[in-house]
Amino acid sequence: MKVVVRYFAAVREALGSGEDVEVDPRADIASLRDALAARGGRHAEALGRQRVLRSARNRVLCAESAALADGDEVGFFPPLTGG
Amino acid sequence: MTAPRVSIRADDFDLGAEVAELRAGDGGVGAVCAFVGTVRERNEGAAVGSLELEHYPGMTEAAIESMIDEATRRFGVRAARVVHRIGKLAPSAQIVLVAVTAAHRGEAFRACEFLMDYLKTQAPFWKKETGPGGARWVDARVADDDALARWGIGGGNAAAKETR
Repeated sequence: MKVVVRYFAAVREALGSGEDVEVDPRADIASLRDALAARGGRHAEALGRQRVLRSARNRVLCAESAALADGDEVGFFPPLTGG
Repeated sequence: MTAPRVSIRADDFDLGAEVAELRAGDGGVGAVCAFVGTVRERNEGAAVGSLELEHYPGMTEAAIESMIDEATRRFGVRAARVVHRIGKLAPSAQIVLVAVTAAHRGEAFRACEFLMDYLKTQAPFWKKETGPGGARWVDARVADDDALARWGIGGGNAAAKETR
C-alpha cells in the first residue's frame, strides 16, 4: 500500500516537502520511519533514531505505534515551537 | 456573519478590532481575556534579527479548532478566537493572539491560559531564528510541556520519548 509522507521544518530542509512511499500492509509509523532512515544518507541523518521527532497521521499528532492504512498522510517533524 | 475561530496568516492583527468582533452581539459576556505573543529582540542571550514561522497547513487549523472545543467544554467559553502569523517576522512584531469571552473573569483567564499552553506544544508550528550567527531552528522547551501538564494533559513535545 502507499502512503503520502510530508516533512516540515528541519526535516523538510533536509529531505524536501515530502514523497509517496510504498509500505508493508502491516506498517506503523515507526516501521515507516525506520524504513526511510535505512535508505542512508540524508534520510538516515534526518529521520534516524538519534533525532527527536514527532509525527502525525492524517493531520493528527500521534505516537509512532499508530498503524497505517492505504492512502494515509504521515507527517514527520521536530518538536513544535509555536506561540 | 461570524468570523472563523482560527486564522493562520501572514498579515498582522488588530487586538481591539478582534476583541470587538468577538464579543459583538453577545450580552451574556462579562469578561474578555486576550493574550498577545510578540517577537523578543533577544532569545537565550542572542540578538534576533528575524523570526520565520512555518506550519502544517490543514493540520494547524484542525488542531486549534479542537483545542477551542476542549476549552469550551472545560471553562464554558462563550467565544474564542486564535490568530497565528506565519512567514518572516521582525523583532517586536505580534505573533499570536488568543482571545476568549466568558460570563466571568475566572473562566476567561483560565481558558486563555489553557489555550496558549495547549498551542505551544500541540499546534504544528516551527520557528527559525536568524541572528548574527546565522539561522537556527528554535528548540522546544520542557517548561512548555510542564505548562500543559498542569491541565492534566500529557503528550510530551520537547521531551518526546522514543516509542520503541
